[in-house]
Amino acid sequence: MDKNHALKTGLLGLTFVLFMAALYLVFIYVPTEREMGVIQRNFYLMVPMGWLAILAFLVIFVCSILYLKSRSRSWDVIALSSAELGVLFTSLALIVGSIWARPVWGVWWTWEPRLTATLVLWLIYLAYFMVRAFAAEESRGAAFAAVVGIVGFIDVPIIGMSTTLWRGMHPPMIIFQGGIDPAMLLTLIVSIIAFTALYCLLLVQRVSMRNDEIEIARLKKTYS
Amino acid sequence: MGFWRKVLAITWKDALSEVRTREVVSSVLVFALLVIVVFNFAFGTRQEVVTAIAPGLLWVTFAFAGVLSLNRAFIPEKEQGCLEGLMVCPVSRGAIYVGKMLASLLFMLVIEAVALPIFAFLFNLPVLSLQIIVITILTTVGFVAVGTLFSALAVNTRAREMVLPILFLPIVVPIIIGAVESSGLALSGKAWADLSSWLQIIAAFNVIFLAVSFLVFPFVIEE
Amino acid sequence: MTDNGESSHASPGWAIQTQGLIRSFGDHFALRGVDLEVRRGERVVIFGPNGAGKTTLIKVLSTILNPSSGRVMIGGLDLKSHAEEARYRIGVVTHHTYLYGNLTAYENLQFYSRMYDVPKARERIHDVVAMVGMTSRLHDRVGTLSRGMQQRLSIARCLLHKPAIILLDEPETGLDPQAVPMVWRALEAEGGTEPSIVLTTHNLERGFELGERLLILAKGQIVYQKAKQALSLAELKQAYQDYAAGGEWDSGAKF
Repeated sequence: MDKNHALKTGLLGLTFVLFMAALYLVFIYVPTEREMGVIQRNFYLMVPMGWLAILAFLVIFVCSILYLKSRSRSWDVIALSSAELGVLFTSLALIVGSIWARPVWGVWWTWEPRLTATLVLWLIYLAYFMVRAFAAEESRGAAFAAVVGIVGFIDVPIIGMSTTLWRGMHPPMIIFQGGIDPAMLLTLIVSIIAFTALYCLLLVQRVSMRNDEIEIARLKKTYS
Repeated sequence: MGFWRKVLAITWKDALSEVRTREVVSSVLVFALLVIVVFNFAFGTRQEVVTAIAPGLLWVTFAFAGVLSLNRAFIPEKEQGCLEGLMVCPVSRGAIYVGKMLASLLFMLVIEAVALPIFAFLFNLPVLSLQIIVITILTTVGFVAVGTLFSALAVNTRAREMVLPILFLPIVVPIIIGAVESSGLALSGKAWADLSSWLQIIAAFNVIFLAVSFLVFPFVIEE
Repeated sequence: MTDNGESSHASPGWAIQTQGLIRSFGDHFALRGVDLEVRRGERVVIFGPNGAGKTTLIKVLSTILNPSSGRVMIGGLDLKSHAEEARYRIGVVTHHTYLYGNLTAYENLQFYSRMYDVPKARERIHDVVAMVGMTSRLHDRVGTLSRGMQQRLSIARCLLHKPAIILLDEPETGLDPQAVPMVWRALEAEGGTEPSIVLTTHNLERGFELGERLLILAKGQIVYQKAKQALSLAELKQAYQDYAAGGEWDSGAKF
């Protein structure tokens, strides 16, 4: 119990410091991009969101396999908590993407490959919650969700490939073309680390909260 | 080999039942025909419009026909607890998956074999080419690979018919894109080489999801 | 949960052995530590009220459900590693018939004989169908048969591959009363191979008549077991009252 508390406090402190650093870098340190202007700063929000959407699904994938192997509820708790964060960050990625699209392409939504892939990912997240809700028993729902988690995660790279090929665009992203300013790269990396720390913090919190919920439900059942 | 003999026994049993009732093939065919007619009203009959939207039309029809027929795949197994009867039999859970998958594949191919000529006839389109047939068979394998897994899952939930499309459609997005794009290329007379990157994506999807579904299927049917 | 060392080794003399068998569904424990041993050729009857875990127990023994923990041995084979082999030795009849309504009786049995690698399937199908008195309806669609006839066919299906262990989960559900003795004769006709039988039922009289050893399952545990010779029907009824119906076993206070 104590150790858990120390972990949470440590993560909270770390996340706070990283976010302060990221805010400083994004709004003060990094120069404004010449062609796109201020809106380009959105980039430091959009990339971490997209990264978390995939990271959260990776956690679901691993925990789902472990759950099916061991049938130990704790893996399912982590997977479900990660899915809640995943759907949150995927939604935010879509919103931020939209805000980006408006000034750059002049429309709120565009079927840009990465945006399209993110939308499909979001729909798979929805399916993940749906099977749980529709399952007859909770334990069965957990197994079904684990199957969706595994199949869905494996699908992510194929979706990415097909949407890229579909729009006739080439995969290399702007940051890897070597043309990126080192200041921008630094800002991006710090931003990604800050958001990853936030994800870890929220995951730890959500998992311990859900474990408490389960414990309370169990106690209620035994004493009623 | 014992595995394949039992797989084929399962497929045979489904096929025999289908020959008796014609439940899946006939109703899904009527559905496909209705979709084609409705599309006709929705988009008009001008040949250049039809040519432009034909690949999409074809695959929307087949995707929904797939959902409809896969939704039925595990209903007979539920009626008298037959799925439990299969689980009691000395076969691996994987053999049950393969047997059911082959039966669904067979039904879908029959449906498509009838629907494609109707398509060609009503829209005056050259969809009976070798390219389109190869694309159709490949994509259908992907549909039933994923669909059989999710059909077994959906039948064990409340609101069965709702669950399958919600699971199935986002997962098959890559092969729907692949099928639409490659059909478009094929209809505009492109060579095999131009289709190859799409066919590769579909084939990779099929191999990956046949293997994954085979492995996770036991967890779907076991409580 | 008893933990005696002598049952920890698998001996070929046992048809069924379970050790510390636990099965839970989420928070609900359907079986909480069942140690069941059935000798070859023995007929064991398990009584229990609804929700006692009878069906769960049969499902675990028939490999439909995996145990949450504990060990199950069927004919000396551990289900964890040898489930497929063990399934050849098991025949199951439940209130579900496991038959396809769109196929004829013959086609159903043909399908199952392929699944069980039954040699000379044609003759065997005719034999088992004759045993349950369904020969005249062999080529009728199962969906057109009455519930009782379907249940008789289900028993024929169970006997197809000459299982060494027959698991019966309330097989009399839906069976017309005059068919019950016929079915038991069919099971006994298979007696040449001495199958072990595990039967679950509500019906105390019938179960008492058929069983050699009588068990009561309540709240996921075996709370009572006795050989039939050591017991009268009245005593069984009293025991059932005490253990299963009242639930006093929980506190140990028996009147």
